[in-house]
Amino acid sequence: MNKVLFFAHLRDAVGEEFLRLDAAGKSVGELKAELAANYDLPKMDSVMTAVNEEFAQDDEVIQDGDEIAFIPPVSGG
Amino acid sequence: MNFQISKEPIDIQSVIDKVVQRNAGAITTFIGTVREMTKGKKTLFLIYDAYEAMAVKKLEQIGREIEERWPDSQVAITHRVGRLDITDIAVVIAVSTPHRADAYDANRYAIERIKEIVPIWKKEHWEDGEEWMGNQLETVAYPSGKPEEGDLNE
Repeated sequence: MNKVLFFAHLRDAVGEEFLRLDAAGKSVGELKAELAANYDLPKMDSVMTAVNEEFAQDDEVIQDGDEIAFIPPVSGG
Repeated sequence: MNFQISKEPIDIQSVIDKVVQRNAGAITTFIGTVREMTKGKKTLFLIYDAYEAMAVKKLEQIGREIEERWPDSQVAITHRVGRLDITDIAVVIAVSTPHRADAYDANRYAIERIKEIVPIWKKEHWEDGEEWMGNQLETVAYPSGKPEEGDLNE
């Protein structure tokens, strides 16, 4: 299983802080596209992805147990 | 514990104390505060949220980048999360270096990098609504590389 976290406007769109789902074997890009379609997520082209708290490219393959997070453009500081 | 996310108000002096060193000739401190007016629009308050575990890692990464670029520097950063009112302190960055020019440059580098790679978001609340803000540059953040010239002018 995988924990998938959402932040900022994505959390509002999904309505949950995180989901638990089985994403093992999928690429980051595939998971992103799937969730974008299922939840009608806005502005996903500018959203980065983190796997286990490190930025990941769309072609990275997700392993069982990985924590995935979708990172909208940041606005700290 | 030089890099922290805090739910409580930040004690500026405690951040500065972390970078005190005998080889330092300068300590610069950046204090980011909540501004009321942005492009003519009045902010009532802000909510900051963070992916805390990753945010701490990215702050640590910024610290390592600075220590590589500016030898003998020391860095401490604390970023606040939760509800912040106008004039509240959102972030404190302290950098010590042997010479003053490096302390200024390295501190500037730290705040620009925070705005690129640290997973923290602010939600602005106005009289007529609220919205999560993307980065203020309206550009896509990128995980590696250094700030472009244009990034330094916000």
